[in-house]
Amino acid sequence: MQKRLLITGNEAVGAGAIEAGCDCYFGYPITPQNELTAYMALHMLAEKRVFVQAESEVSAINMVYGASSAGCRVMTSSSSPGVSLKQEGISYLAGSELPAVIINVQRGGPGLGNIEPSQADYFQAVKGGGHGDYCVIVLAPSSVQEMYDFTMKAFDLADLYRMPVMVLSDGRLGQMMEPLKPKKRSKAAAAKLPPKDWSLTGAKDGRPKRVVKSFFPADDTLEKHNQKLAAKYKMIQRKQTRAEDYFTEDAELVLVAYGTVARLCREVVRRARKKKLPMGLLRPITLWPFPGTRIKRLAGRVKGFLVVEMSAGQMVEDVRLAVNGTVPVAFYGRMGGGVPEIDEIYRRARKLLKEKL
Amino acid sequence: MKKARIFKKPDAMLEVDSHYCAGCGHGILHRILAELIDELDIRGSLVGIAPVGCAVLAYNYLDIDMSEAAHGRVPSVATGIKRARPDTLVFGYQGDGDLASIGTAEIIHAANRGENYTTIFVNNGVYGMTGGQMAPTTLPGQRTATTPNGRDTSTMGFPLRMCELLNTLESPYLIVRTALDGPAGIRSTKKWIREGFLAQMEGKGFCFIEVLASCPTYCRISPEAALEYLKKEVKPFFPTGVFRLASKEAVNA
Repeated sequence: MQKRLLITGNEAVGAGAIEAGCDCYFGYPITPQNELTAYMALHMLAEKRVFVQAESEVSAINMVYGASSAGCRVMTSSSSPGVSLKQEGISYLAGSELPAVIINVQRGGPGLGNIEPSQADYFQAVKGGGHGDYCVIVLAPSSVQEMYDFTMKAFDLADLYRMPVMVLSDGRLGQMMEPLKPKKRSKAAAAKLPPKDWSLTGAKDGRPKRVVKSFFPADDTLEKHNQKLAAKYKMIQRKQTRAEDYFTEDAELVLVAYGTVARLCREVVRRARKKKLPMGLLRPITLWPFPGTRIKRLAGRVKGFLVVEMSAGQMVEDVRLAVNGTVPVAFYGRMGGGVPEIDEIYRRARKLLKEKL
Repeated sequence: MKKARIFKKPDAMLEVDSHYCAGCGHGILHRILAELIDELDIRGSLVGIAPVGCAVLAYNYLDIDMSEAAHGRVPSVATGIKRARPDTLVFGYQGDGDLASIGTAEIIHAANRGENYTTIFVNNGVYGMTGGQMAPTTLPGQRTATTPNGRDTSTMGFPLRMCELLNTLESPYLIVRTALDGPAGIRSTKKWIREGFLAQMEGKGFCFIEVLASCPTYCRISPEAALEYLKKEVKPFFPTGVFRLASKEAVNA
């Protein structure tokens, strides 16, 4: 295994997927994640694993459904408009309790939008872009290393909980190049995973048949199925919520940001601290389950929050929900593929602090 | 002394009251499949994919591993299963809405990639499950819930002939159309589905068996009249026969 690689975030996702033992990858070209499909085309075939360029994102997510139902580790990737196409398939994956890893390298929208980075798919990812009551675990990397690490983690979470897991990145993270330290798949983690005794392999040796489905038309079977899913999601909220604190211990203003924006906000906080300004950053790592409890706790001792996103304001709603009106929650955002500069975030944050002091 | 031949329920058919109407082609096809599963002894390797449509509950009737699929997506699900586990025997079971309407892209591309699985396409000219709406295969002039004055080809086009369409592709191995319009048609259908499974076992490629079937309920005729309708009205538009039975080399030659 190479000690360090200099590669794009998109390729780091591919490298992580292959190290995680991804058996099948089904994709479709769309900017800004084409580096990933190209990487998988080359490396999956070199590893004698399955690569198919599907005829559409719709077809790809259904190929994922098939390969997952057969018990294999499977991934697909796309960008915002293509992920919209996958929403039906994601609902079906969730309802059928099938593991899968879905990569969304967000770009500007709505509609065809542009190919610049964006975070305007937060609602779609976290609130369920498809129909019905379901959740998808959403991981938000903010470096090339995390693109690799979180993709590997996504496969484990998907298998552990039998559900789709999304890695939500953006065009900036996808196409930037940073050093990556690859690491081996954890054997200990692999050993903890449950056997796939529900998968479709043909009913060998007279074993009872298995059915993979999300259709429960009889009586209250669907309600019971939904209750089972809800209980699973509640457990995941208890066990898998992750966030990172940066100078929040004595902060008066806490920035809340994820992904690319978190990188910028970290620099904002660093500059602020150099000037002795009491700023901090809370970086959600899991967007679902959302670190609402952590934010609520912070709300008990800080003067306010500034949520920064590349959108019209989506995650800010979850922050406001957690804060529940106890302290002010401000928002700063750029839309339509706009990426904020460190300076503009810093000025806004400093102004907020001054107004409170 | 000759051994008595016993007509019995195939083992692969479960003891479940089916929901199909009297005279429905699905009932016949399920039995054909169940007989083949027993005769070819493929329960241990077979994975079927059920459509959205009247056959959505097919997995309740057949004692094999089965998956659902979203409407129209069976060929993609099949591709996923077969590529993931090439040793399984995969079949897709789709109606005219599933395959020829919402799923046209998926079936064409699975056929074009030469995916090594077997498709059973049940063409009964109407959408049964949702109450008898027009299907892509509804005949010109045919009355349905969405063509109360009969299918007007100037605004709703002509019926889609899937065998003919797929026959323009290089990759498919087997393309055949049969009709469940009597004992001969039933035997022919069973023969070609068997061929479709055997060819898949030998890795021959994409196998497509279109089966003309009756929907007496939404053609608003008796089961007997529906068989006559198949023979007199449907078959002239959808000729039965073998369109393709060849290797890729033979086609490209």
